[in-house]
Amino acid sequence: MLEINAGGMYYRDLNQKIRDAVNSGEKDITVRNVNGQYYIGDGLRGKSTITVEGVPGNDLAAFMDGPTLVIKANAQDNISNTMNTGKVVIHGNAGDVLGYGMRGGKLHILGDVGYRVGIHMKGVKKQSPTIVVGGTAGDFFGEYMAGGVLILLGLNNDGRPIVGDYLGTGMHGGVIYVRGEIDKNNCGAEVGILDLDDEDMKVLKESLTEYCKDMGLSLDEIMKKGFKKLIPVSLRPYGNLYAY
Amino acid sequence: MFKSLAPPEYLATIDREKCIRCKRCIQNCGWGVYSWGGDKVLINTSKCVKCLRCYHYCPEEAIEIVDNPTRFKQNAYWGYNHLRNIKRQAETGGIPLTGMGSDLPYTILFDSLLIDACQVTNPSIDPLREPMELRTYLGKKPSSVEFEKGRDGKLKLKTKMPPQLKLSLPIIFSPMSFGSISLNAQKVLAIAAKECGILMNTGEGGLHEDLFPYRDNIIVQVASGRFGVNPDYLNAGVAVEIKIGQGAKPGIGGHLPGEKIPLEVARARMIPVGTDAISPAPQHDIYSIEDLRQLIYAIKEATNYKPVSVKIAAVHNVAAIASGIVRAGADIVYLDGFRGGTGAAPSIIRDHLGIPIEHAIAAVDDRLRQEGIRNEASIIAAGGIRSSADAAKAIALGADAVAIATAALITMGCTTCGKCYTGNCSWGITTQRPELTARLDPEVYAERLINLIHAWEHELKEILGALGINAIESLRGNRERLRGVGLDTQILDILGVKPAGR
Ligand code: SF4
Ligand code: SF4
Repeated sequence: MLEINAGGMYYRDLNQKIRDAVNSGEKDITVRNVNGQYYIGDGLRGKSTITVEGVPGNDLAAFMDGPTLVIKANAQDNISNTMNTGKVVIHGNAGDVLGYGMRGGKLHILGDVGYRVGIHMKGVKKQSPTIVVGGTAGDFFGEYMAGGVLILLGLNNDGRPIVGDYLGTGMHGGVIYVRGEIDKNNCGAEVGILDLDDEDMKVLKESLTEYCKDMGLSLDEIMKKGFKKLIPVSLRPYGNLYAY
Repeated sequence: MFKSLAPPEYLATIDREKCIRCKRCIQNCGWGVYSWGGDKVLINTSKCVKCLRCYHYCPEEAIEIVDNPTRFKQNAYWGYNHLRNIKRQAETGGIPLTGMGSDLPYTILFDSLLIDACQVTNPSIDPLREPMELRTYLGKKPSSVEFEKGRDGKLKLKTKMPPQLKLSLPIIFSPMSFGSISLNAQKVLAIAAKECGILMNTGEGGLHEDLFPYRDNIIVQVASGRFGVNPDYLNAGVAVEIKIGQGAKPGIGGHLPGEKIPLEVARARMIPVGTDAISPAPQHDIYSIEDLRQLIYAIKEATNYKPVSVKIAAVHNVAAIASGIVRAGADIVYLDGFRGGTGAAPSIIRDHLGIPIEHAIAAVDDRLRQEGIRNEASIIAAGGIRSSADAAKAIALGADAVAIATAALITMGCTTCGKCYTGNCSWGITTQRPELTARLDPEVYAERLINLIHAWEHELKEILGALGINAIESLRGNRERLRGVGLDTQILDILGVKPAGR
């Protein structure tokens, strides 16, 4: 196990240190005293697990390809931007624009997330990204989604709406599972609201089993409430927009 | 079926006397104009786009493609396209799409600028005899350099140079994605770029493995759809480009129609086969210069600090935007004028938004100089560069290099028919239909593109020779060597160019 003290360290130096450690084969790294440093895990490859103590800055795990990042606090904006594989676990809330263009791997957030989460996620059969949000989400959740899985649990929402407006606007692939009811008025015109079938339940349970393990939550407790699924009604939501 | 009230634009005609019924026209037309009627070739002329493929492959010169003489009544105000588009919109309720750059008769400033030449008192240089330097380096330049004495007593550069992209001449190929153009067309660009010591750009569609051998001549692009972007991709080329906008469609996103998304393209983009590949209008992680800076540095972190280019459409406030981009840490600012080409854009956007590249170069170059940051980034100018003269004028106005796309496609057979969005290109360029793409032999057509680049290279050297200078560096931003004809004082002032005769 390697410990890095990030206190007062410039982000470029810190990320270089982390990259060097991963490249030298270190599998278990703890970074202490993180305080807003940007780009942690950016473009990082390999199979290491990096535990971050303190609040990391924006662009955490952008383009990341393999490692696991565990954040013991809240995190900020732009997490897992265009991430390829690997996993990010956040034991707190996170900000806006999470998982933008995400291509694979997992992003687990215990608390609430901000606006524009899961925009333009994509996936093919073998490689598909999953984001699980424990709390609530803001507007534009899953906008332009082209693949992958978005799960929104709305735990501890104290009566607040689980999700904002423009849910799944422009969605043309992938699936969104929301725990509880969805108001059609909050959705983009391109999505349909359906009940889950057996295949959905399998996907959902598999993802949530892992999520619950990461977060120390009870799967049974979560599954007590029903889910709805959102999928695109057309592969070509804008197919009739143009005159040829 | 209801017959369209928009009469066909062209009449495909076959001289029945000459026709030997070889059926080559049927095979060659990507738009299905011809079919076999048992004893003769049948013609459905409403589908003809005048790409001239059939004409070139007819062994008997039997085919003639003529503009349909049956047109709407001539009207100086209600143009042919106004009527045609209204009728198509009335029939479909859709937005008319188009391909290639705008063909509307806005003033072309390149055609109102003339280049200086030497006579008597300042001798010209013979490029056939004297060396001419066209080599160009793109990237941040330090504001000052320091030297030190090495152990051998020789002077050495002490300043650490930021990363540079080396070009044999100041011309590169503009981004065109796999999807919008065929893989064979991309290969033509890659082979030619390598041979000529210049660069091609993947556009937003991932990097096909067949292009890996050309990685030293490739810029990879990251745009709002993030198609094909992973760490391997980011590190695959010599630089990364963030695409904010495109001259042909400023402010709107990309839309690759489902017809152009077969399995291989879908796989490269990680989206379902046959869906439309949508690149949202903005990048939803960039709403400000600060956000742009974040993405630039996220990419730099992920690539161990490769140069990052930011491509924007030339719009009204381009100078201030470019200044922001440079301050955000970009190594290259890529300006795309409104004449720039496209694989698919709503014609209303293409023809009515943005500004010409000539104004944009001058405005951006001026602004960066005024702010003392011109050295912080190179400027690439694109959007309608038709000849080496346009390139020379763009460089004299302040660009470091130009990018060409349409000119490159023309060497592959393109006739600028403008129907790239249909996915039926008979020349195998802007299509993914295997029977069409197979006709574009990369080796054969690369040869033609290489010829074009070499010809322009010679022409640029001739221009420099006539100017009495022996390095492209001396032409860069040298507006004193340009004169305007028929331009008003305000435009001359914007361009920083004197009128001819002064
Ligand atoms: S090949 Fe081109 S020019 Fe010839 S008929 Fe077809 S569309 Fe028209
Ligand atoms: S690339 Fe093909 S479809 Fe597009 S303008 Fe050229 S010939 Fe026409």
